[in-house]
Amino acid sequence: MQKPENDRRDFIKLSVLATAGAACGSTLCSCGDQASDNISKKIKLLSQDGELIEVDNDILLEYSGPMCAPPKEARKGILGRKFVMVIDLARCGNARKCVSACQKMHHLPTEKEWIKVLKMQDNEMSSPYWQPTTCFHCDHPPCVKVCPVDATFKRTDGIVLIDTDRCIGCRFCMVACPYSARVFDWSEPEISPEVAALPYSPETGVPPKKGTVSKCDFCPDKLRKGEIPYCATACPNGVIYFGDENEDTVSNGEETLRLSQLLEDRAGYRLMEDFGTKPRVYYLPPVNRAFPFEEEETSAS
Amino acid sequence: MKGQKNILSSTNQAFEALQNDLLPRSFGGLGKLWVGVLLLISATGLFFYIRQLQDGLVVTAMRDYTTWGIYISNFVFFVAISLVGSLISAILKLSNVKWRTPLTRISEMIAVAAIVFAAIIIVIDMGRPDRFLNVIFYARIQSPITWDVIVISTYLLISVMLLYLTMLPDLALMRDKWVGIPKWQHKLYDILSLNWQDTTEQKRILAKSVKILAIVIIPVAFGIHTVTSWLFATTLRPGWDSTNFGPYFVSGAFMVGSGAVIAAMYVFRIHYGLGKYFTDKHFDKMGKLLVLLSLVYLYFNINEYFVPAYKMKGFESEHIMELFTGAYAPMFWSIQILGMMVPIVVLMFKKGRKPFPMFLVSLLVIVGAWFKRFLIVVPTLAHPFIPIDQIPESWKHYSPTIAEWCITAGTLAGALLIVTFLVRLFPVVPIVETAEDYGYLDEDGSHSQQDKIIEGHDNT
Repeated sequence: MQKPENDRRDFIKLSVLATAGAACGSTLCSCGDQASDNISKKIKLLSQDGELIEVDNDILLEYSGPMCAPPKEARKGILGRKFVMVIDLARCGNARKCVSACQKMHHLPTEKEWIKVLKMQDNEMSSPYWQPTTCFHCDHPPCVKVCPVDATFKRTDGIVLIDTDRCIGCRFCMVACPYSARVFDWSEPEISPEVAALPYSPETGVPPKKGTVSKCDFCPDKLRKGEIPYCATACPNGVIYFGDENEDTVSNGEETLRLSQLLEDRAGYRLMEDFGTKPRVYYLPPVNRAFPFEEEETSAS
Repeated sequence: MKGQKNILSSTNQAFEALQNDLLPRSFGGLGKLWVGVLLLISATGLFFYIRQLQDGLVVTAMRDYTTWGIYISNFVFFVAISLVGSLISAILKLSNVKWRTPLTRISEMIAVAAIVFAAIIIVIDMGRPDRFLNVIFYARIQSPITWDVIVISTYLLISVMLLYLTMLPDLALMRDKWVGIPKWQHKLYDILSLNWQDTTEQKRILAKSVKILAIVIIPVAFGIHTVTSWLFATTLRPGWDSTNFGPYFVSGAFMVGSGAVIAAMYVFRIHYGLGKYFTDKHFDKMGKLLVLLSLVYLYFNINEYFVPAYKMKGFESEHIMELFTGAYAPMFWSIQILGMMVPIVVLMFKKGRKPFPMFLVSLLVIVGAWFKRFLIVVPTLAHPFIPIDQIPESWKHYSPTIAEWCITAGTLAGALLIVTFLVRLFPVVPIVETAEDYGYLDEDGSHSQQDKIIEGHDNT
């Protein structure tokens, strides 16, 4: 399948511009930092069709921001993917590394948590346990249903995102979400000039904006690079598995497991199934725990 | 159609006297004080709103859990009050209740003022009021907010038309017969009266238009408050997840709207000496109507609270207990008793339906209704399904800030200002319609049917 060179150049230009066309971010990842100091040098790239191609370095557009799609492209989702998260409650010891990593990488202040570690207790007799709680990226998202302006949307890869350039701040989605996953910028966010200068994408929610809603986004910038979200890599206990339902695999960074097998063996469940929201986050029950439950003094404030 | 004299050429003595009674009046000392106080409250609200625009919604006590507060409950209150326009002008009109005539204008004025401020308070609640037009540019028909925008703007349009069209003969009258008014005011009536000459053809078109509007406004009125209730009922939250919410809201709305009209009737009766038009009999009729509406509301309240309280389902029971015996119990029982039970009992008695006791009762109803909406909005949000944890202590409890109170008070004062200025410019009691009812305009010249009209129809 040979195309004229011009077509191919345009194609590559577009791909790099949009960075979203690629089914997997890793196909284009050779456009690294070395690009800037070598002028009109040939560079090898793997095209979307799986061909190794050589292009002029100077037709590549430099992209300094995080690996993420521009607002329009961000509405579509990563082709062929169906992301899913599995949280192993038996391993969570409330280390809260997921929270701090998430806050650091998304430039959130300490009182704003996209992932929370909540103390849960199902009844008086059963033992309490820690439950990392993210946005569940429901397949029937009540938040998306109620949004009057299509600022929050569901993508083909299962991710629910928010376009803070369009959000009117009515907070109906926060009220509609039964899992209290969403948070609001009640005042002008305190961010460094570097963060403020980052190119905006709904895939990162950066830079944050006053008077708009935000929440856990499953880190699409990491996913485009073929990596798992910050919370999953930060966890010292491998609590958070992340993966692709289509591939039937999830990984916590150390081990990679069959999703279906894991859910079957460990009796995976989703929170409040009777709401019909169909979350994309599964929990493995807190049985045979790695840690005894210890109440810590967590002064988040 | 019985023959009627042209209002513009009528020289009937009683008609002239009626005009003297009902033409708008300049503010006296008390009126100026009233306007001054309202302006002050509105200005304070505006000041705090400008600060809110600068600093963001952080000036309120709303946070990630209690994400809706008194702005939203105030919005529900305004929408509720506005329903009275359709009750008096449409429902009573179509059921041929004659005594409603003097009450139509004031109820339409209240409806318009309330619906305008319902729209304003919802913009105040927005995190990004600068993006208000997104609601139109990116409208998604799936969202109950979009339905609310559509139905509320429709209701505003019909209410303004009902207020305006029924006023055309009065406007013409003021244009032609009222001398000694400032030029701009004359000009205003001249433009607004749309060359009304009180011809038979004009009267026919007007009667037909008003009838169509009166029919159309009823489903729209049910629509605005049902859709408003759906802002809550379409969510999964305890206390809101109820199929009863539509009728519960609509019945409460008719009740508080009637309360507002009664309060206004009393104020104008005393202040403008309109006892001849807002008579004891009108109060008696409105009292009976209010009892009926309160009983309907009581019925929906029983449905709303008794059934979940009987089942005591998990999250629902937490919410119910919070209202019945928890932190919100004093407010809840005060509202249910003072704002609903006491009015029902007082208005059952003939003595209770005298103007002054009615005025007090209507105040109870209005204040109770405002706080009732607070209890509908706030406690639910304080009890989410996922436990509230790991957040600053102050975020867990919602008690409105000074800024929030001032802005809310500003909108209430603003709505009262609209009514006040409308009454300053336009007759609070329809002049021509009242004259028609009294027979002052009949060809045969017979009049003083006043008593007949008021006593003759006992259909509350």
